[in-house]
Amino acid sequence: MSHRFDSIDAVSEGLRSVQYLADHSIAGVAFLADRLEKPVLIEGPAGTGKTQLAKSIAEMSGARLIRLQCYEGLDEAKALYEWNYKKQLLRIQVESSDGDAEWTEIQDDIFSDEFLLPRPLLEAITADDPVVLLIDEVDRVELETEALLLEILSDYQVSIPELGTIEAKQIPLVFLTSNNTRELSEALKRRCLFLHLDYPTLEREKEIVLTKVPEISENLADQVARIVRSIRQLELKKHPSISETLDWARTLVLLGIENIDESDAVDTVHLLLKYRSDIEKAIKDFTANSAAHFEASQAS
Amino acid sequence: MTSTDTAPRPQAGPLFDILEGFVVELRSAGLPVSLSENIDAAEAVQHIDIEDRVAFKYALAATLVKNDAHWKTFETLFEVYFSLRGPEYALDGDAVEFDDDVDFDPGEQPQGEGGQGGGDGLSPEELAELLYQALRQGDEALMRAIARQAVKRYAGMEPGRPVGGTYYLYRTLRNLDLDSVLERLMDQSRSNADQQLTPLQERLEKDEYEDRIDKLRKEIEAEIRRRLVADRGAEAMAKTLRKPLPEDVDFMHASREEMVMLRRAIYPLTRKLAVRLARKRRHKRRGALDFRNTVRHSLSYGGVPVEPKFRHPKPAKPEIFVIADISGSVAAFARFTLHLVYAISSQFSRVRSFVFIDGLDEVTSFFEGVEDITEAVHRVNTEADVVWVDGHSDYGHALEVFWDRYGNDVGPKTTVMILGDARNNYHASQAWITKEIQRKARKLFWLNPEPKAYWNTGDSIVGEYASYCDGVFEVRNLRQLERFVDNLV
Repeated sequence: MSHRFDSIDAVSEGLRSVQYLADHSIAGVAFLADRLEKPVLIEGPAGTGKTQLAKSIAEMSGARLIRLQCYEGLDEAKALYEWNYKKQLLRIQVESSDGDAEWTEIQDDIFSDEFLLPRPLLEAITADDPVVLLIDEVDRVELETEALLLEILSDYQVSIPELGTIEAKQIPLVFLTSNNTRELSEALKRRCLFLHLDYPTLEREKEIVLTKVPEISENLADQVARIVRSIRQLELKKHPSISETLDWARTLVLLGIENIDESDAVDTVHLLLKYRSDIEKAIKDFTANSAAHFEASQAS
Repeated sequence: MTSTDTAPRPQAGPLFDILEGFVVELRSAGLPVSLSENIDAAEAVQHIDIEDRVAFKYALAATLVKNDAHWKTFETLFEVYFSLRGPEYALDGDAVEFDDDVDFDPGEQPQGEGGQGGGDGLSPEELAELLYQALRQGDEALMRAIARQAVKRYAGMEPGRPVGGTYYLYRTLRNLDLDSVLERLMDQSRSNADQQLTPLQERLEKDEYEDRIDKLRKEIEAEIRRRLVADRGAEAMAKTLRKPLPEDVDFMHASREEMVMLRRAIYPLTRKLAVRLARKRRHKRRGALDFRNTVRHSLSYGGVPVEPKFRHPKPAKPEIFVIADISGSVAAFARFTLHLVYAISSQFSRVRSFVFIDGLDEVTSFFEGVEDITEAVHRVNTEADVVWVDGHSDYGHALEVFWDRYGNDVGPKTTVMILGDARNNYHASQAWITKEIQRKARKLFWLNPEPKAYWNTGDSIVGEYASYCDGVFEVRNLRQLERFVDNLV
């Protein structure tokens, strides 16, 4: 079977063409996922581009993205498949009004493909066109529900008691994302390639800003990345994510700010931080230095 | 898959041997590498260019390491294991560096300053100046060269000396005196600026330099490791470098860095604790017999109670009392405990927390609706009234105060957790209070941060309390804490 990607560099290039800047680990793991035909478990803090990676991979390879959003209480009927019982009922009524149909005949009939409602997981493996399956925030489901995923992740098949096993027509690329609010089961982890996405390095963040906010100047992008790095070093409830960095950069461009000084930073910091205590802390940090420095310069 | 079959086998042979050894090393460092993951790794490396060191590393990481907390251990081991593996496995892109390694001969360890090789002719002052310039310009190649030179000069490494890498690192860093270099860099940028630096600029400058210094430190560490590997061999080195995984780090002796990591790890754990307690409530079997309902249903069977009906269990809201020792003897543990208390109180609606040394005070309100844990901890440490006489722990008196003031609040739904080492400084134990608490409360647990072997030695009287507890647990690291949570329900 043919592979989607030729080399790690090809993945990088492809992702770059859809405006996703991948570092070595991202491109490498995506490449391996294709070659080894294994799902990728992406873990990391919120807003580091986990979901976006799956979307971008789908976009670059021209595949359809099928998304399963996980939540507490997710069950088989919403993840795998469901029988369309209304249609089944109708079918039975039609048969019985005809009169002489055999029960076994009807039974065979109503448990067939026609009455099956595919949910994301089943849809992904039965698709004829290339698809990317994204299982988002898998850490939100209960430990027990994780077991639902195991069959499809390791063998790319779904077993339906009435129909038998449905095997994948083609192996989709599968991405699972997790914010690590709880430890995932060993069984799940074992079946996946693991990719940890952390906040980007200074250089990469600057590049991301330059790519996503084309009207920004190089100088401003550099300042944005530096300030965000400084803020991430503080002990905060929630560190600024990449998307928040981008929002901030766009705002600065709209405001026509070319050099970020202290008051600009204080005025716009609420775009980066969403908790009051965090904002206060950041502002204190911007200004506390000045007090210390002011004293020092007066003393000298 | 065809590409697997056509992979050059002869080359793959020794690689697999090394991979095997590497996996064994990872396992003995405590990483849970399963057989299937091992197979995945072996398959993965066939798909990538082995000459590409970065790709090779990430291929192994993606297949073998499934927990971010284990990454550092993996990285160190990887470096040790694959950095000096003969030319075909020396995946180091930098050829110059490699030549240097070949020259490097453990026999002629540079003891005195000066001597052979490039850069050796420099005086210490010149080296310091060079370092300053390198940091100022962010010249990474120069920084690497300096790191190598500094280790050669200052670390005083001798072949066969059974000393860990940290010792050499300390010696090297002490001689470089990076703090004053940072000072000087900052002074330089201040005087360079046309006008006064704004605080923001100053901070950014500082961050940048700190980042560079951090890189330098990493270079030095790597250099020391490389030299040690050259001296002792990769396998022996891997053993000495073995550091406890985050879940095995002892709370009592955790470094600052480890503490940060621990803190991050607590949240998933308390969530698990909450989920476990909640699940028990949801899945609990039926409650007591509902007589009225049974009789009503019996009417449809002609008055025979065929189908007994049961009440729905009332979900009991767990109420948790945490009583924590924050005295000096368990200071590091106490810091951790407070974080744990905070994490617990964000998951459960009814948590009351108490801290004590020889007096005891309730600190529940310090944690309520507080977004910033550091502030809460600070308030606990400064505002809580926990010193009665001399500020040495006195469990007996603390328990007495607890019983007097809050004893009536302990009810059948209350789970009480006492955290401390039970080192009572030979005061009266007042163990009868624990007995009373146990009688009134649902459960009473004692978590002791001391190794079990030390229990009941010296002034530790944990055994005296233990007889009245539903469980006494040694909780010195995350793994043990997790086990406690698992067994709780």
